[in-house]
Amino acid sequence: MESVQIYIALLVNGLALGCIYGLIALGFVLIYKATEMVNFAQGDVMMVGAFVAFGLVAGLAINFWVALVLTVAIMVVFGFVLDVTVIRRLIGQPQFSIVMATIGVGYVLRFFAAYFANVEQIAFLTPFTGKAVQFAQVTLDAGKLAAVVGTLILCTTLYLFFQRTRLGVAMQAASQNQLAAYYMGIPVAMIFSLIWGISAGVAGITGIMLMPIANVMDPSIGFIAIKAFAGAVVGGFGSIPGAVVGGLIIGLVEQFSDYLLPAGYKDIAVYSVLLAVMIFRPQGIFSQMGRKKV
Amino acid sequence: MRFVFKTRYEQDLKLWRHAGDLRGYGFFLALLVLFPAVADVYFVGEANLLLIYAIAALGLMLSLGFTGMVSLGHSAFLGIGAYAHAYFLQQGVPFVFSLPLAALLAGAVGVAVGLPTLRMHGIYLAIATLAVALITQDIMSKWSSVTGGFDGLPVAGPDFLSIQAEEINRGGWFEVAGLHVGWVEMWSPTSLYYMCVFVLVFSAWMVRNLMRSPTGRAFVAIRDSEISAQSMGINLARYKTTAFGVSAFITGMAGALFGHQISHLAPDAFNIFISIELLLICVVGGIGTIQGAVLGAAFLIALRSSIPILRDEVTATFDGVGAMEWLVRFVNAPGLEAGVFGALLVLFIIFEPFGLYGRWLKTKTYFDLFPLYKKSTFARQKSYLKTERLK
Repeated sequence: MESVQIYIALLVNGLALGCIYGLIALGFVLIYKATEMVNFAQGDVMMVGAFVAFGLVAGLAINFWVALVLTVAIMVVFGFVLDVTVIRRLIGQPQFSIVMATIGVGYVLRFFAAYFANVEQIAFLTPFTGKAVQFAQVTLDAGKLAAVVGTLILCTTLYLFFQRTRLGVAMQAASQNQLAAYYMGIPVAMIFSLIWGISAGVAGITGIMLMPIANVMDPSIGFIAIKAFAGAVVGGFGSIPGAVVGGLIIGLVEQFSDYLLPAGYKDIAVYSVLLAVMIFRPQGIFSQMGRKKV
Repeated sequence: MRFVFKTRYEQDLKLWRHAGDLRGYGFFLALLVLFPAVADVYFVGEANLLLIYAIAALGLMLSLGFTGMVSLGHSAFLGIGAYAHAYFLQQGVPFVFSLPLAALLAGAVGVAVGLPTLRMHGIYLAIATLAVALITQDIMSKWSSVTGGFDGLPVAGPDFLSIQAEEINRGGWFEVAGLHVGWVEMWSPTSLYYMCVFVLVFSAWMVRNLMRSPTGRAFVAIRDSEISAQSMGINLARYKTTAFGVSAFITGMAGALFGHQISHLAPDAFNIFISIELLLICVVGGIGTIQGAVLGAAFLIALRSSIPILRDEVTATFDGVGAMEWLVRFVNAPGLEAGVFGALLVLFIIFEPFGLYGRWLKTKTYFDLFPLYKKSTFARQKSYLKTERLK
């Protein structure tokens, strides 16, 4: 009985962490799907989101739920501006330009977060922090449940947006062929900026949802995006359900290997899963790749 | 722009285009050789770091600049080179064998990483190499029987076969006809400097020749368009793996020398930030040029040593001035260096994608063609996206 409880706790922890990874992965899979660019600064954008929310709640004493909405709005504008000022100039350049530019952006963001927050670490209390929910004999952390529920809501919203709205379909069209979409009257550059905005908005929510799980936060928390990358690759790069499923797998692997393997081997386990997927099923679980037609 | 009228096939085989080029590089080489004779020992140490970074960046340039593969794992290859070299020296392998062996090991790891990932889209390599960089750092701190774990690994001085009249004071040696023959430790910043110069010149020569060969041409074809390269009969996986292996080999050599420079290895010395610095060198120096690696390294070292000086200057000048308090706080904020590097990376990619060497070429061409210079000479062709995805 004791061990069953431990495993259930591990499962929930893994799922919650996996949801965070899945959402970060979702952020850059959105961008990848639409623009075939990879945003290596996604983790740092998430960090900015968390710092913005912290500033609103702790600095300006705004209600948590209002601050949540405000943060998403601010982050959408942030992503939009990031695209207009930096990324849009690089459309049509070789792919490695974007990779390196976003890495550079990540370092700049990390520096400015440290500078403006003027603290090494922040401890951000959400309504979920430190609360627990009792199910039969299992005690679950409210923050972790919130992460799982939030992910479900966010994924459904995004799915409906891409399938049912005019804008969402235009985004899909732009993602398949930039020139053809442009000839059909879709403002491709604008669509791309919006995608960056949405992705940054998702990152903002992720940053807030991470708070009750991580407890403390510092400007270099963006590095967890590396594990989200692993999740995206495991799921199949460019697939939205793949991003979430891959993130969940990585989260579970991390939690269980942390418990079952000697201390300090969980990162090695996660990256080994990544490398193994690359060797044995490089297209990931939800394959999206075909060969390019000339 | 100078056009060389070629009348003999030998002219095509030369490493330089015309006598002016030869004079320029000869002058540069002479400067390199004579530098320790005139410079202070502190500057020789800085120059060592510059040369080591230039070699490592030359390795990265081969994969990033010539084959178009972004690697974030070159810190790992640098680390593998350094640790392997230090370990071999500890086991008594002489320097002249240990350095190439360590570099070969780094190259082998590069091939092993490349084999599964290079079949895929370019970003997979970036992600896989990122994972490799982190795993390697973990292994360095955990495999303590070889790497010394967190305590680190001291690097022995390099041994050379030496024949001299005086007695050799350490290790095994024997006497032949009044001369003492044995392995002698030769270690000073200046001796390291000459080793670095030798390795840099050797690897630049190697890369230059490689890029003129069919293999090198295949690399460039892959960079410019994988599909057209494949249509021309280039085996993508084979050439990409070759490029990545050679790239890791060169960076491994740099790593071995880096070990001597820092003299005590620790896992922290090979963190992911080193990879970013190497990327910065390639971008700032000029993607796809050998000269760019050296120019970029010079830029990085100059920047790195001038940031603390600037910080002290600003703090001393504005400390206590109320209106400038934000500036003092700004220059003293943690992570300033990384932030500046990131900003430069972005600015160079947007505004000067050919880097410093490209700027130099543009300036030279401007004066060569004056007043007929056209900006469009160096314009890059844009290519718009058609996805590889089916749904």
